Amino acid sequence: MPKTNPISFQLKVDDFLPASDSDKQSLVVMRESVSFWRDGARRLRKNKIAMVSLVVIILIMIFSFIVPAFYPYSYETQIRGSENLAPMQYSEKEIAAMDAGESVFPHFLGTDKLGRDYAVRVMVGSRISLMVGLIASAIILIIGSIYGSIAGFFGGWVDLIMMRVVDIIYTVPDILLIVLISFALKSPLEQLASQPGFTWVQTLGTNLISIFIVFALLYWVGMARIVRGQVLTLKESEYVTAARALGASNGRIIRKHLLTNCIGTLIVTTTLQIPSSIFTESFLSFLGLGVAVPLPSLGSLASAAVNGLNTYPYLLLAPALLISLIILSFNLLGDGLRDAFDPKMKN
Amino acid sequence: MAKYIIKRIALALLTIFIVATLTFFLMNLVPGGPFMGEKSVTPQALAALNEKYGLDQPLSTQYVNYIKNAAKGDFGASLKQRGRNVSDIITSKFPVSARLGGISALTALLFGIPLGSIAALNRGKFWDNFIIVFSTCGIAVPSFVICTVCMYFFGVNLGWLPTFGLATPLHYIMPVFALAFYPTAYIARLMRSSMLDVLGQDYMRTARAKGLSQPVMLFKHALRNAVLPVITYVGPMLAYTLSGSFIVEKIFTIPGLGGEFVSSIMNRDYTVIMGTTIFLATLLIIMNVLVDIVYKLIDPRIKLK
Repeated sequence: MPKTNPISFQLKVDDFLPASDSDKQSLVVMRESVSFWRDGARRLRKNKIAMVSLVVIILIMIFSFIVPAFYPYSYETQIRGSENLAPMQYSEKEIAAMDAGESVFPHFLGTDKLGRDYAVRVMVGSRISLMVGLIASAIILIIGSIYGSIAGFFGGWVDLIMMRVVDIIYTVPDILLIVLISFALKSPLEQLASQPGFTWVQTLGTNLISIFIVFALLYWVGMARIVRGQVLTLKESEYVTAARALGASNGRIIRKHLLTNCIGTLIVTTTLQIPSSIFTESFLSFLGLGVAVPLPSLGSLASAAVNGLNTYPYLLLAPALLISLIILSFNLLGDGLRDAFDPKMKN
Repeated sequence: MAKYIIKRIALALLTIFIVATLTFFLMNLVPGGPFMGEKSVTPQALAALNEKYGLDQPLSTQYVNYIKNAAKGDFGASLKQRGRNVSDIITSKFPVSARLGGISALTALLFGIPLGSIAALNRGKFWDNFIIVFSTCGIAVPSFVICTVCMYFFGVNLGWLPTFGLATPLHYIMPVFALAFYPTAYIARLMRSSMLDVLGQDYMRTARAKGLSQPVMLFKHALRNAVLPVITYVGPMLAYTLSGSFIVEKIFTIPGLGGEFVSSIMNRDYTVIMGTTIFLATLLIIMNVLVDIVYKLIDPRIKLK
């Protein structure tokens, strides 16, 4: 069609016809959109070291949470006559029983000085250590992220005061607070345990609960600092301004926009917090402030083994190795998660 | 600079004051007291002891008295170790911990920084992987495991090294190893990642293009920039190693401040707890201010405010 008028838009009528089915087909996105999680998980799966650590963690969890339920020995039963057995050794009574045709389950790691099977004690001990690591990290995640995001979001005076509180908690030697708080909590918790409906306090042991409370009170400061740093940069982003222009409340902006955008950092910091909680618990048990007897934890087992190191050195091996293995795998998994979920590390 | 230091000192004094207050009341809120654990203490003797140390007065009076005395530099006498002043205890125990801790911190820096740099310079090669494995394991193994394993093999089984005390240089080897292990591994990791970051910067390419020699490039351009994150870590690390690790001191029977502190907490030796807490808090704050100043000296772009 020749140009009739130089200023005309020269509209073609064809352009305004409804699209045919084949036209529509070409616009359909063939590939599903890759979400944040799937993208991260894909990258994580490629990371061999992280996957191996994940498998190790799952194996340790199976051994510590499921296997003790089926194990022929229990962590607190004291078998008379089979004290201080070496790994795979049988006591005279058990040899007599085997001669009589009974089958006796071997003590894979021997027994301790009270005749308790050491393998099951190590398994239950790692259950306690894992529980401390996981629950304490969850508490730290909740308190730290809320505190840090509030301080970072409101800024100014609020930030200054909230961060001074963090500095003070950081400055007081933590061992002092741990000991004082666990002493202070002892009698209230024991009273609570005698109330009906709170018998679980007794089973867990008051020390273990005060460890959780101590972690909740003390160790969130690191998490709060990290979250605050993230929020400080994120709150300047355009989408926060947009959300505010649309009338979103402060709480909504923090929950829906700021915290969801530092989720990568939160996951990584929490995963790396787990080994450090296990570390601290084993340290406390080593000092004798950990879980209540007869409940074992890896730290208290190692501590007990150290006292008899000259005569029964093999007792130290299993708990020490297991603590190191748990901490190592969580650390490596955390590194892998950081590589997978941190947007700065992409490709 | 002077204004900055004055501001930091004011803030530090405030923090120490709040820490002292917090510790004082928390310590007194906890049930039990310094003389509860002792056997054969008659009620009269207990009352006399409490009166002697002013523990019978209301808490607020005790607090005001303590702060007044502490401001004058008098931290009182130990409640449990008769006839010893808190300042005497700290001045006699701290040098032991500080010498051990200082050597450990120096060891950690001397090994950690080169290890991390070597790993970064040989990225993906044998030494890199070796150092990564070493440093990851170093972070994973708790100090009491290192202590006891060392003690068992080198002290008891082989008998090469003495197992307790700090009498000769030989005595220092195992405690320093145990104390420096974690910081060394941590510094190596930090150093590796920051070195990798620096090596990828544009100014490194410029330096190479200018034809600078390898050592000048490494020491003047790369190391100076890459060492900054390590400096940040040095503050807390020094405070931790200097104040003495309780575990290491307990296992190797070293009469240091860490062990003293824990036993004072266990015994409720109120004055020793307060004195040591204030001392340790001051140490941590001083270290952090020093680190900030060193930071500024190394990187002139950083503004102290």
